[in-house]
Amino acid sequence: MAILIVLSLFVILAAIVAVEAKDLLSTVISIGAAGLMLSVIFLMLGAPDLAITQVVVEVLCLVLLIRTAILREDTTFEARRDRFIVAAGLVGAGLLVAVAYAALQAMVGFGNPLMAADPESLTLANQYLNHGLEKTGAANYVMAVLLDFRAYDTLGEATVIFCSIIGVYAVIRKVGKTTT
Amino acid sequence: MKGMTIIVKEVTTLVIGFILLYSINLILTGHLTPGGGFVGGVMLACGFILMVLSYGKEKVNSLISDRSTTVWDCSGAFAFLVIALLGYFAGDFFANFFAQPGNFRLFSGGTIPLANIAIGIKVGACMAGAFIALTLFRGPAESFPGGKL
Repeated sequence: MAILIVLSLFVILAAIVAVEAKDLLSTVISIGAAGLMLSVIFLMLGAPDLAITQVVVEVLCLVLLIRTAILREDTTFEARRDRFIVAAGLVGAGLLVAVAYAALQAMVGFGNPLMAADPESLTLANQYLNHGLEKTGAANYVMAVLLDFRAYDTLGEATVIFCSIIGVYAVIRKVGKTTT
Repeated sequence: MKGMTIIVKEVTTLVIGFILLYSINLILTGHLTPGGGFVGGVMLACGFILMVLSYGKEKVNSLISDRSTTVWDCSGAFAFLVIALLGYFAGDFFANFFAQPGNFRLFSGGTIPLANIAIGIKVGACMAGAFIALTLFRGPAESFPGGKL
């Protein structure tokens, strides 16, 4: 439990460094460090599917971001801080902390997942856990939920990726582009 | 000089087979062990990006072009939709209509492995296509550390 808190603090620290650094390459590397620590946290909490996804996507994003960031002549940048924006950000952060505290009071405690609370209760999650194997035949229940019980959501996710890649092609294409 | 140094090329030649085999393993056994179509597809794209970075884009472009990544991307998405629509034979959208020969085997899970394969092809092709678009669609004058890309 203590090491989880240490890793979480490291993630927050890396995120702050990523925002505050004056160099684009430092920002990219800080994002990579935060993502790696996040995947370790996922692995320790018993979610290997999420951990693998986090590591692989993080590596891909790191390569793509370095590939694009390194092409600028000058990778340093200076940002000017407006006083109103800082004040608005602080007020928003305070509101978020207050609302999140009120919401966390109503949640089940950490380490007591809702699904394992009462195996005999007739909630939807217990239906998935008790009858997932006989209904889908998939031993990995994450895949059983993703591609059978909730496959409609996966179809939407695939559509989102498809549209974003079409957007990438449309923005950086060569054919049909007029130079001004 | 095209690509990176000879050391990078030799190491890439050694590890690229293992990377691609592991990604195919993640896709095919996604319904049994942690993994799945999305992760395997992204790892396929990572292996492809490693080849582009180490060998240079001319050599790899003879294997997979930007045109073919678009075709694979669209056909993967279409295959996933066809699997979803085939569920109407069993009465419902996304119905798991295959017979189940037994649990914990490679050919269990009905439509789940098929959907994993479709998503893997789709995600791998579109990620590789995004990297190819960033690499190919630009002028020749820009340099890259460790060699010309």
